[in-house]
Amino acid sequence: MASPVTLSAQHLTRFHGRQCVVNDVSFTLRRGEVLGLLGHNGAGKSTTLQMLAGTLSPSSGAAEICDFNLAQRPDLAKSCLGYLPEHPPLYRDMRVDDYLCFAARLHRVAPDRLADQLQLAKQRCGLLDCGHQLVGTLSKGYQQRVGIAQAIIHQPPVVILDEPTVGLDPAQMHEIRDLIRALGDAGSVILSTHLLHEVEQVCDRAVILRQGKLIFDGSIDDLRQHRDIESSFLQLTADRAQEGAAK
Amino acid sequence: MILTLARKELRSLFATPSTWWMLALLQIILAWFWLARVDDYLQVQAQLAQMESAPGATIAIAAPLVNVLAVMLMMLIPLFAMRLIAEERRNQTWLLLAAAPISPAHIVLGKFIGLLAMLSLIIAASGLMMLTLLLGTPADLGLIASNLLGVWLLAASYAALGLYFSAITRQPVVAAFSALAVSFGLWMLELGSGALRALSPNLHFQNLNVGLVSSVDLCYFALFIALFLLLAIRHLRREQEGR
Repeated sequence: MASPVTLSAQHLTRFHGRQCVVNDVSFTLRRGEVLGLLGHNGAGKSTTLQMLAGTLSPSSGAAEICDFNLAQRPDLAKSCLGYLPEHPPLYRDMRVDDYLCFAARLHRVAPDRLADQLQLAKQRCGLLDCGHQLVGTLSKGYQQRVGIAQAIIHQPPVVILDEPTVGLDPAQMHEIRDLIRALGDAGSVILSTHLLHEVEQVCDRAVILRQGKLIFDGSIDDLRQHRDIESSFLQLTADRAQEGAAK
Repeated sequence: MILTLARKELRSLFATPSTWWMLALLQIILAWFWLARVDDYLQVQAQLAQMESAPGATIAIAAPLVNVLAVMLMMLIPLFAMRLIAEERRNQTWLLLAAAPISPAHIVLGKFIGLLAMLSLIIAASGLMMLTLLLGTPADLGLIASNLLGVWLLAASYAALGLYFSAITRQPVVAAFSALAVSFGLWMLELGSGALRALSPNLHFQNLNVGLVSSVDLCYFALFIALFLLLAIRHLRREQEGR
């Protein structure tokens, strides 16, 4: 029995001027799943995630989060969502605690649960010791953690992470991957990356984008059919390039 | 939700050193002007005593002070307001608000109230300065109140204008300059003649400055503030819908 769908992208298309950045992308995410959005630079990963987070409206197509249409009921859809953009949206002159509380209030966390959820989010992201520091004085890795904490503090059923492990050292990367895995078991996570082994380690399914088009949607095992994941990624993108050239 | 945003805005205004610096300079200028006016008044006091209906201390000292405050605020508010939205866009923090389950109306009103709270502090400080008149003479409290109301409404109008320009651009400096240019233009309208004068906030402020509280002026300020807040909300909403 399949678990319920928490996020679905339906024929998402987005033009920047006349250039088509994302072209007819559809996929779904179920509860308990971690979905990896894979692609080279400029493949349209971030644009797709922005459309799913409701910060960019698609030229055509629709996105649904927990059965709420993002264009028609943005307030309900967005309250089921935690989003870490490509550049973490941090106020450098705020303290970590103040910043996270502000993010929680924006997502309508009840005042009596605020302290508990702040504590939990800091614990999960390894931020317990730096609650009183200014965000601007933290290192890049810790800022990234604050960005993730901001996305999960209201315990949303869907978490969207745009390149969550960029700028982290290997040990931190490992911790964050464990965290993503834990988030995926409780809810559902979609993350973008260009690191193949990351997808292999934490994701249940992968979606591969190339020049805005979806070229692969399947489980990690499907992707592993080929000799190894790296070559299959290269092969998939190369196949498509040849197809394009043949046309 | 609006209050959450307003509180955050107020805190971040007071977290920047430039705010304190501007407030300090403003207080120094106002205090200097205040003492100079008091000095002038004391010098001509003997002659005034012989006149039949001589101007009182309040209209001779307090009203001009508020006039100066109005001009200073016209120049300062665009500098405070420019950051409100344009800087969030530039620092990429805008996405935090855009991805949150709040509407553009919440954002605009929250930021407006936050800025207005800070401006109210400035105005309250100058109100205290005027109340020191009571130490030496009976003051016209009604006139002081109408002056404070007038400058508060004027400040709210400039804040709404500055917020609108901050909403339509990514560059804080462009926002500040546009808002300054428009408020300066409106001020020049008042100095000119003809029906266009009625469009200038300064004309309506002048009535309150001499102690005349009329519903026409109050309605004008309410409409001016509402117009620019609605324009800002509309712009953000259309931007979210992808034009």
